Amino acid sequence: MIDVEIRQKAFNGVQVLCDVAFSIASGETVAILGPSGIGKSTLLRIVAGIDTAFDGRVTRPERMAIVFQEPTLLPWRSALLNLTLVHEGLGDAAAREMLAKVGLANKADQFPGQLSLGQQRRLALARAFAGQPELLIMDEPFVSLDPETAETMLALTEALIAEARPSTLFVTHARPEAERLADRILELRGSPARLA
Amino acid sequence: MSDRVSVPAASLIGLLILWVVAAALTADPQILPSPVSLLGPIWKETLSGKLPYHLGQTLIRVAWAFSLAMLLGLVLGLAMGRSERLDRWLDPWLVVFLNLPALVLIVLCYLWIGLNETAAIVAVTLNKIPNVTTVIREGARSLSPDLDAMAKVYRMGFVARMRHVLLPQLAPFIAAAARSGIAVIWKIVLVVEFLGRSNGIGFQIHLYFQLFDVRMVLVYALSFITVMLIVEWAVLQPWERRVRRWRAA
Repeated sequence: MIDVEIRQKAFNGVQVLCDVAFSIASGETVAILGPSGIGKSTLLRIVAGIDTAFDGRVTRPERMAIVFQEPTLLPWRSALLNLTLVHEGLGDAAAREMLAKVGLANKADQFPGQLSLGQQRRLALARAFAGQPELLIMDEPFVSLDPETAETMLALTEALIAEARPSTLFVTHARPEAERLADRILELRGSPARLA
Repeated sequence: MSDRVSVPAASLIGLLILWVVAAALTADPQILPSPVSLLGPIWKETLSGKLPYHLGQTLIRVAWAFSLAMLLGLVLGLAMGRSERLDRWLDPWLVVFLNLPALVLIVLCYLWIGLNETAAIVAVTLNKIPNVTTVIREGARSLSPDLDAMAKVYRMGFVARMRHVLLPQLAPFIAAAARSGIAVIWKIVLVVEFLGRSNGIGFQIHLYFQLFDVRMVLVYALSFITVMLIVEWAVLQPWERRVRRWRAA
C-alpha cells in the first residue's frame, strides 16, 4: 500500500503542486495524466523519494524501481552488470533470464552505448523488474520512440507488469497509453496542479 | 597502434639530436656534455649501487606523496563538488594553498616537523592536494543527477555507488589529476631532497651542483626522467585506456 499526501510543493516560491493525495493498492496500476510541464515528473520524484523538499508525507515500500524518460544506464558497465550491480542480491543466472525476457539474451556483454535506443530502454525495463519491486515508477517511458518501438515497449511492459504485479505509478501525456496500462487514471490540472 | 609508439619515439629522438648538435656547438663538456659521454658515468653509478639507491629513495617519496595527495584530494574535491555549503567554506582555503609557493610550505614543514621523512612527505603532499582537489571538484560538479536519482531509488549501497556510479564518471578527472600530479610531485620531491634530505636524486643533484659537475647532475636528472617516462607509458596510459574502453566500444 502506497500513500501519497502532498500538501504543497514549490520551486523558488512558485507553487507547483497543491493538495495532491492518493493511494495505490498493491498490484494496482495508476496513471497520472496531464499536459507537459504541469508537474507530473515533480510528483514522481517526490513519490520516489528523490525530491524530499516538499510539504506532506509519502509512505513507500522497501523495494522500488524506476524507469526514467532516458534509459539512465551505467554506460561503463556491460548490460549484465547493469542489472547485477544495481541489485546486489541478483545472481548472474537470474540477470540473464531477465535479459532474455526483454529480448536482450545475446547482448549481456555489450556496453549500453553499443545498443540501440530501443534496446537501452528495454535494458532499463529489465533493470526495473529484476529487483521484484513492490512499487514501480515510470516517467513517460514511451516518449520519443518511433510507433513500432513504442508498441513493443508497451506490450513488453504490460506483460511484465501482469507477471510481477507490482504497484505501479506511471506518468504520461498520452491518454491511450494510460487507458491501456492503468487500472485507474488520475488527472493533474491547473496551476498549481491539483488532482481533477 | 604503431602511431602510439613511433610518434613519441621519433619525437624523443629529435630531442636527442638537438642535444647532440648543441653539445657539439658548445664544444665544452664542462658546460654541456654530449649524451654519449653520459653513458659511462650512468653505468658506473649503476654498478656501484649509488644510482639505484638514490633513485629508490626518491621513488618511495614520490609514491607516498602521490598516493596521499590523490586520496585526500579526491575525498576533498568530491565533498566540495557535491556540497555547495562546504565549497563556500573551503574555497578560500583552497585559493590560499594554491597560491602558497611550494618553497614556503617545504621550509615551514621542515621548521615545524623537523628535518625528517615525515616533514618531506607532508610538504610534498600539501603542495599537491589543492591541485587535485580543484580538478576533482570540477568533475564532481558535472556528475549526472539522473544517475544519482537512479542509485537512490534502487538503494544501491555506498561502496557500489562509489565504485560503479561515481568513480567511473570521475575517471577522466582522476586521470588528469594523476598525470599532472605525478609530474609536479617528483619535481617538488627533488626540491625537498635538495633542501633537507641526505639521500635521493635531489640530494645527489645538490651534491654535484656544489662540485659544479654538470655531467653528474645530468646523469641523475636523466635517470629519473627515464623512470617517470616509463611510469607514464607503462602504468598511467594503459590504465587510462582501460577505463576509457567503454567509450571506444
